[in-house]
Amino acid sequence: MSTTLLVVQILNGLQLGVLLFLVAAGLTLVFGVMDFINLAHGAQYMLGAYLAVAFYALTGGFLSALILALAAALAFGLVLEFAVFRHLYDRDHLDHVIATFGIILFLNHGVKLVWGAAPLSLPMPELFSGSVRLAEGLVYPVWRLVIIAAGLAIAALLYVLVAHTRIGMLVRAGATNAAMVSALGVNIGRLFMIVFGFGAMLAGFAGIMIAPILSVEPGMGDNILILAFVVIVIGGIGSIRGAFLAALLIGLVDTLGRSFSVDILRFVMGPSPARTVGPAIASMLIYLLMAVVLYVRPTGLFPAKGR
Amino acid sequence: MAAASLAASPARPRGGLRVLPAGIFLAFALIPIVALFTGGTYLVSLGSRVMIFAIAAVALDLLVGYGALISFGHAAFIGLGAYAVGILSVYGITDALVSLPVALAVSAAYALLTGVICLRTSGVYFIMITLAFGQMAFFTASSLAPFGGDDGLTIAARNTLAGFPLLRDERAFYYVVLFCLLGTYVFCRALVGSRFGRVVRGAKENPVRMATIGFDVYRFQLATYVIAGALAGLSGFLLANATEFVSPAYMSWQRSGELIVMVLLGGLGSLDGAIIGAAAYLLTEEWLSGFTEHWKVIFGPVLVLVVLFARGGLIGLASALVRRFARG
Repeated sequence: MSTTLLVVQILNGLQLGVLLFLVAAGLTLVFGVMDFINLAHGAQYMLGAYLAVAFYALTGGFLSALILALAAALAFGLVLEFAVFRHLYDRDHLDHVIATFGIILFLNHGVKLVWGAAPLSLPMPELFSGSVRLAEGLVYPVWRLVIIAAGLAIAALLYVLVAHTRIGMLVRAGATNAAMVSALGVNIGRLFMIVFGFGAMLAGFAGIMIAPILSVEPGMGDNILILAFVVIVIGGIGSIRGAFLAALLIGLVDTLGRSFSVDILRFVMGPSPARTVGPAIASMLIYLLMAVVLYVRPTGLFPAKGR
Repeated sequence: MAAASLAASPARPRGGLRVLPAGIFLAFALIPIVALFTGGTYLVSLGSRVMIFAIAAVALDLLVGYGALISFGHAAFIGLGAYAVGILSVYGITDALVSLPVALAVSAAYALLTGVICLRTSGVYFIMITLAFGQMAFFTASSLAPFGGDDGLTIAARNTLAGFPLLRDERAFYYVVLFCLLGTYVFCRALVGSRFGRVVRGAKENPVRMATIGFDVYRFQLATYVIAGALAGLSGFLLANATEFVSPAYMSWQRSGELIVMVLLGGLGSLDGAIIGAAAYLLTEEWLSGFTEHWKVIFGPVLVLVVLFARGGLIGLASALVRRFARG
């Protein structure tokens, strides 16, 4: 367990963490403000990646593909909100789960129909494609650092938006008590639409940023969706701050668990059982963490609702 | 099938649906006989599959429809029941007299263990924590290298029943599954009508009030959770025998989602709805996948439309239609 390996894995954990934050931020806002469970949020992440691949093929530039894909992701999110979701806000959670599950099925297989089942890839922008030497014997891909930087920048932007602007104030108020905000004369329908569109765009952004590293394939959003749910439940629904801290926590715990579980288990058992048990425990670790957090604090670490 | 029995007493929709279960079970009982004329066992094995998932869906309806406990990890219990059969068969234990009780006990024990924790939370948090425990079971199964790991485990042959290879005949197996579904249905029907069931339903409407009356809501919900888990384990036992294969995919969260879809598609809180929903889901899958491998592109929007326009699922839709007929 050398220091270099530890640093690399911590950076990987941070990268997963900020990625999770980008997905979870939209999810927790939609969840907190509108009390709406959007399982299709992961599919919007997938769609972002596919759109970027498609626009890259059209324009041949990463930046133009990024901008066009973001715009398309936003537009698609708004269309979904307009056509389906706004009719479901006053229904119960079960209806949300089923309708958005239907949208997942549609999108997962829709992209298969349009782009085929084979994994696609998005080329990295030339400028960031290499690796950089951070210290003696510590080489790290630049693009992953770009993802971390972009994620942290978005987190800072979100903080300013939510904590210091009027729309952010309305979002926070909406997360605490949406009915009261509406009663005070705020156009809650428009607020919902803005929040939803913004969340869809963030999910799309996460999908675009990860596309050069991961393969773009149908169903790629499903796993990240579940992780994002773990994040917002641990962080406390509706809380951006909770989502940020929980995302970093989950990213680090998951990555470090996967890298070092076998080594750690070797202290207490033989190498052969450790190799079998290690990966199992590693993939369970975050769910275990979530169960423990919910057992101790049934509404997450930073609940937004003032109950 | 549903429409004919509904027409009997259109004025009272709930009462009118009273003959529905008889119709459902009669239809299930007749399928192998119809299959005699069409030849082959395709219809029979499809029917078995529908009924196996109907058992799990009825159990889930107990939680979701009567207890408002939306479990997003129900497939884990199916998987546990199935893995009980698979792992026992690796060790040469292939009799249902052993593997069935083990399957039920394992899934009930997991439900008890996780239910104690899950039921501390409520609402959305309950959905997510049941999902978490479902995922834990999924990853445990994926890492069981001696038992196939990710690839799953092929079972050499179906279980014997007290030494007799009864389950190996497709038709006999079908009727065993039908018997299990009937038993599950009658048991759940009696349960929801009993004092126990009324407490659970009362806790769905208003847990605080139930607690004030003097019921320990938590214990009643926990018992329901364990019962539903064990019944899903029964479904898993049958599924492993039907497919002669177990795999972690049985426990995936998508499968849990499908089970919720089945219950909601049929109509919540009626038990009949869960059976109809399971049948509707699996038959639609079978039918649409005959046209195109991309059948989910069609099925997804159908689900959205069901949620938007057919509140109360197929049962609710049928009752509404019957009521409209009665008026016009």
